[in-house]
Formats: sequence, structure tokens, C-alpha cells
Amino acid sequence: MAIKTDSNFYTVVFAAVMVVVVGSILAFLASALRPNIMENERFEKQQNILYAMGVNENGDDAGSVNFIPTDVVEGEFSSYIKEQLVIQGDQITQNNEAYLIDLKKQLANMKKGEDYKLPVFIGEKDGKKFYIIPMYGKGLWDAIWGFIALDDTMTVQGVYFDHKGETPGLGANIKMRYFMDDFKGESILKGTQYAGIAVAKGNNDPLNNIKDDNEVDALAGATITGNGVSAMIRETVKLYKPYLETIRAK
Amino acid sequence: MALLSKKDTNLIKDPLADNNPITIQVLGICSALAITAELKASVVMAVSVMFVLGAGNVVISLMRNIIPSKIRIIVQLIVVATLVIIVDQVLKAYAYELSKTLAVFVGLIITNCIIMGRFEAFALANGPWRSFLDGIGNSLGYGIILVIVGFFRELLGSGTLFGYPVLGDPITKTGLYATGYENNGFMIIPPAALIVVGIIIWVQRSRNPALVEEN
Repeated sequence: MAIKTDSNFYTVVFAAVMVVVVGSILAFLASALRPNIMENERFEKQQNILYAMGVNENGDDAGSVNFIPTDVVEGEFSSYIKEQLVIQGDQITQNNEAYLIDLKKQLANMKKGEDYKLPVFIGEKDGKKFYIIPMYGKGLWDAIWGFIALDDTMTVQGVYFDHKGETPGLGANIKMRYFMDDFKGESILKGTQYAGIAVAKGNNDPLNNIKDDNEVDALAGATITGNGVSAMIRETVKLYKPYLETIRAK
Repeated sequence: MALLSKKDTNLIKDPLADNNPITIQVLGICSALAITAELKASVVMAVSVMFVLGAGNVVISLMRNIIPSKIRIIVQLIVVATLVIIVDQVLKAYAYELSKTLAVFVGLIITNCIIMGRFEAFALANGPWRSFLDGIGNSLGYGIILVIVGFFRELLGSGTLFGYPVLGDPITKTGLYATGYENNGFMIIPPAALIVVGIIIWVQRSRNPALVEEN
């Protein structure tokens, strides 16, 4: 049986059927998998927040990033994270689902001049308090985000970075442990100014021994992504400055 | 009865050497430049493309008699995009870690010229089994070049292989670095891939002069 595939009518019908079939398959798949995907994303956020405050399975040896396993992360999260705060204008309220706040949306609201919410997580480990702040910015190709854990002297206790589509082997290395570990011990203060931490190409300190220069060594071949990380930290610090002022040990 | 006839075997073997998608057909160069700074990314990309091209070739081949020729490119694009999204969603739901690793490759797979090239040149004119073999063969040929380029770029650019330091530590100057050797930063940036691919093309054509085009 030969089908006349050249006619306009057939072409239009084929296109319509194809769109409906493909659309239904994808829509069905998306709604069927949605609960699973949402849960995975929730666990990931908890893992990331805990990672920034040093609750992870890194150990001392390997150079890789190891999170708390997903099957225990929920329990660990509620035992380490003592408070979840939402900053809205001058008001600070407690909210146990603050970690689900989508920072991207809140920043977009801020740009539009609408009300926005900023989450902060207060963790406690071995009697030490950590203030964990989410960050969101842009790299070379797409979004980058992360968490930064500070103590009350504004010294970085740990960071976690992630990205949507940075180049593998170059910009994507911001989520490598050697890059993230460099931030530990750096201060976001320069004197009493909130300066953030810059990813610097020319800081001449590849081992990162100098901890009071507000700089970490950049990644080769990833200038724009590195600048994106610097900008992201700077903007976040600026945004949270009023809150940080209230917790800073003077 | 052999599983593969001689003609079928050639479908797999040809793209590995004398009809290589990258060095001879000059397809898929974009991703070969973009993601070969390290070996791991090269391998992940090669495996992903193998899956998408194998499955896509079969689907297109099954549909080859009913696809209207006027909109065949759009149909091909929809098929490959659908496949990639399905894989992406399923991984996100059941293998979240793996999906995070693959996320950056998803866009690169859809736009890979090898995939459209093989759909257009082979799957539209051949049966599903042969199309499947053609897909696997071409993605292997693509993968081999990616791994070779990734190997040299990571070794000479970062001194590591699969992330493991094989030449010593460049900062504390151990291993080979103790002799004054330095990593070549040029190898990390994409133009280096062009040079490595160029050298492969040169070597391949010197060994087999029949591949050299007459001007």
C-alpha cells in the first residue's frame, strides 16, 4: 500500500498527529514522574545546605564531593538545622519550609519592586553556630547557585556551588571540591566593609594560604563563570547585609 | 548463522576508521571542541550519543515510509528532542545523581549534527536493524575521537586522567613537575581540540592516501 506522503493535506495531518502524540507522551511522563522528581530536588537542597556547613561524607582523603546519603538526609537536616528564618523587609519569621523558597523567583520579585522573601538557615554542629545563606547568579551559559555558611565573625565555614549548564571541564569545575574548599577561612569582610570574596585570576596564591585577601584562585579557562561566582557572592552579601549586621560579633 | 552479516559488520566498522563522522564526514565538531577538556566528560558524551543515535535511528527508520518529505527535518528534530527529554526526565526521577552529571550534555546532544546527519543519510532509507547498527557504529567512531582528544587535552592541560593526577602535583612540584615540566594551559581551551583533531586527520590521511580529496 503506497501512501501519498507528498500532498499538503497529508503533511498537515501528519504534523498535527505527531504534535498530539509527542505532546501527550511528554505530558503524561512529566506528570507521572513529578512527585519523584520533586522529592529528589528537595533532598538535594537539604544535602547542599548540610554540605555547606560541613555535614557531609567527604572524609579527609578523596578529592570528591560526598553528600549525606539521600535516605537519611531528612533526619539529619532536621537535627542539624535548628532554625529556618524568612526575612521579609524588616520582619524575620520562622518557617520550617523556608528551604523550599525558590530564590530565583524572589530575586525576580525584588527586581519588579514587589515583596520578596530571603531565607536563612541556622545550623549547629559541635556547639558552633552556622548561618547558611542561599545564593543565585549567572555563569557563562546559564544559572549558577549555591550556599555559603558563615559564622558570627563573617568567616566562611564552607560553600557549595552548582550550575545548570557551565562547560564541562572548565566552568563546571566550580562544583569541584578543590575550588569550593578554597573559600573556607576567607572572610566576607574587608575591614568593616562587606566586600564578599572574589574569584581572582592574578592573586598569585594558588595554594590559597592568604586568607585575609578576600580572594580565591580562579579556574583556568573559566573566567566568565568565575566572575559570575564573584558577582553572585557580592550581590548576596549586599542583600543580606542588614541581617548579617544583627548577628555579627562585634 | 552469524549474528551480523559482513555488510552489517561494515556498518559498525567503517565509521571507526575510513568513514569516521568527525575526521572524514566532519560532523559533530562542535561538541568535540566543547566538552573534551577532560576524559570523563568525553566518555559520558560518547555513551549518551550512542544511546540517542541508536534509538533515534530505529525510530526514524520505522517511520521512514510515512514521514512527509517536506517536513522531514522537523520530524527528525522532534524525535531526537523527545528521546532526550524522556531520558532526562526518567533519570531525574530514578537516578538523580546521574542526571545531574548529564544535564549539561542534554542540549549538546539535541544539536549534535551527527544525529541529524545519520537520520537524514541512513535511517530514512534503511531498515531498523541496519539503522541501529549504523547508529551504534557512528557513535562509536565519534566516541573514539572524543576519547583520544579528551585524553591528550586532560593529560597535557591538567596533568590528570579521569581526574586522577598521573604526572604528580603541579603546585607542590612532585613527580614530573619536579623536573621543571609545566601544564600547557592552551590545551584546556577549545582551540586545542581543533589542533588535536587536525593531527588525527593528518595521521589518518597519511596512512590512507585514498581519503585525500583531489582539488
